[in-house]
Amino acid sequence: MSVVSSLAPRSGRTTELVLTLAAVAIVGLAYVNLGLATSGTIPPGLAALGVGYLGVSLAFHVVLRWRARYADPLLLPIVTLLNGLGLVMIHRVDIARGRDLSDGVALRQLMWSALAVAIAAGVLVVLRDHRILRRYTYLAGAVGFVLLLLPLMPLIGNSEYGSRIWIRLGPFSFQPGEVAKLVLAVFFAGYLVQTRDALSVAGRKVLGLTLPRARDLGPILLAWLASLGVLVFEKDLGSSLLFFGLFVAMLYVATERVSWIAIGLALFGAGAYLAYLTFGHVQTRVLLWLHTFSPEALQSSDQLAKGLMGMAAGGMIGTGLGRGRPDLTYLAESDFIVPSFGEELGMIGLFAILVLYALLVERGLRTSLGTRDGFGKLLAAGLSFSLALQCFVVVGGVTRVIPLTGLTAPFLSSGGSSLLANWTLVAILLRISDHARRPLPDEQEGSAVGEARTEVVRMP
Amino acid sequence: MLSELTLTVLRLGLLVALWAFVFAVVGVLRGDLYGTRVNKRVAAPARGPAPARPAPARGRGAKPARKGPTRLVVTAGPLSGTTLPLRAAGTLIGRSPECALVLDDDYASGRHARIYQDERGQWLVEDLRSTNGTYLGATRLTEPREVTAGSVLRIGQTTLELQR
Repeated sequence: MSVVSSLAPRSGRTTELVLTLAAVAIVGLAYVNLGLATSGTIPPGLAALGVGYLGVSLAFHVVLRWRARYADPLLLPIVTLLNGLGLVMIHRVDIARGRDLSDGVALRQLMWSALAVAIAAGVLVVLRDHRILRRYTYLAGAVGFVLLLLPLMPLIGNSEYGSRIWIRLGPFSFQPGEVAKLVLAVFFAGYLVQTRDALSVAGRKVLGLTLPRARDLGPILLAWLASLGVLVFEKDLGSSLLFFGLFVAMLYVATERVSWIAIGLALFGAGAYLAYLTFGHVQTRVLLWLHTFSPEALQSSDQLAKGLMGMAAGGMIGTGLGRGRPDLTYLAESDFIVPSFGEELGMIGLFAILVLYALLVERGLRTSLGTRDGFGKLLAAGLSFSLALQCFVVVGGVTRVIPLTGLTAPFLSSGGSSLLANWTLVAILLRISDHARRPLPDEQEGSAVGEARTEVVRMP
Repeated sequence: MLSELTLTVLRLGLLVALWAFVFAVVGVLRGDLYGTRVNKRVAAPARGPAPARPAPARGRGAKPARKGPTRLVVTAGPLSGTTLPLRAAGTLIGRSPECALVLDDDYASGRHARIYQDERGQWLVEDLRSTNGTYLGATRLTEPREVTAGSVLRIGQTTLELQR
């Protein structure tokens, strides 16, 4: 860990502007490519959509110039590109399904993107210092668990595609788990900053691992039970893995003790195995994972098999946008958007996207290293780890590394709640990175405060 | 035929553009790895009496004359591993957010101690009347004391070392 501050710190805003323009240009190129491939003409709405998307991302850039001058210059371009590519792919699936731009999913996703950017900008404007969030540690914890359990409520809870992770209010459906991820990261960060000393006191050493004391196991057991509850009652392995993984990772970051990871993995393995033995839907998932092409598996779902076939059809350089058949796969625009990209952009294109995710996470972790307060460190590390874990769960699921679960690929997949949550996550990361990269407060500048001495309180 | 060619060019062009973007981002990232040799430049203003803002371009070639400490390293405590460059104008240590090194330590005061350079270019550490005291080695500071590279300070549960 090191804090690096140069004497003439560069805010990097110009770099950000150039890269954001490049990102929008690439999205435009993809859109033109898609139009030419499917209808043979340059799509008519190109100018309007292009200017709209450019406007949205530049507006966010201006907010950054105004409110977070020293924020990390790479987060916005990467996110702009990922979001734009997702829009193009969703539009592509729309076309294949015979929907045109005006009544497709893509336009709705574009509106959600604009709303998400507006909310993220709002977060940046309102939240001047991320340490304010620490005041709401326990409130965040309560809200997080309520959000997690909200889909189980009788009236608003809604079960779709076999998982009960949606709530439905009138015409709107929302996945509260996505927001819960953010709120719980705030809670874990605040809680661990307070208690990490207790959690990292020396315990008994077994086989080179320093095991914690039995009474310090409470929090991890609670988190384990909660995530197991999500797995059992909401039938959502992805969210359950995400929350428990987030907690264990933040625990490790806070205490620097490998034993927590060992304990966490052991607990999760045991829990998952128990769930496998007890619940039919988990067994189906495992069957689909291990024997994807067996007749029994294909009988219950051929989604995973089709996704794999699609990626195989794409090969190294892909079929080209608009030339594949990603729409054959069920949910090709949300959960299976990664195979859709694999088919049309090939392995080369898909790996570019994965590298973009890796860079995004790297920037987050770098922010965490650069921050000078413990809460910010933990929060940035937790948020970026949750992004990384979500990517792992999504990509691992569609490539048969782990059982398939219903998580969305951040920024790419269609789905408003996921977009809102992830843009807000990036806004918080930007706020923390602004704090981390901002030059140290100068002695001269704060002279009024600087002259004052520390008050000594004499105890009677 | 032409359209097919255009499409192929576009489609490969998209892949190239994607990777070009990735490499552009990585190019910016390199600054993190190689562009951080800032300590020399911080040490450069050591000679002037109190230059508030040294010209960043100068001092690159000129080596600092003194072999004084240039950075502060946290060697133990919650922030262990953190490094920050010393500035001649003074580096504040404490729990208050205005400090250069913000300690998350119950035994540290809001503004606990200051490391600065006097007119002769000598580095000094001064306890800012903290509640629990600043220790240089084993002795508690009562007045500003000279420090050199290798000096070890203790504030609450945090141990700091000055390094060259």
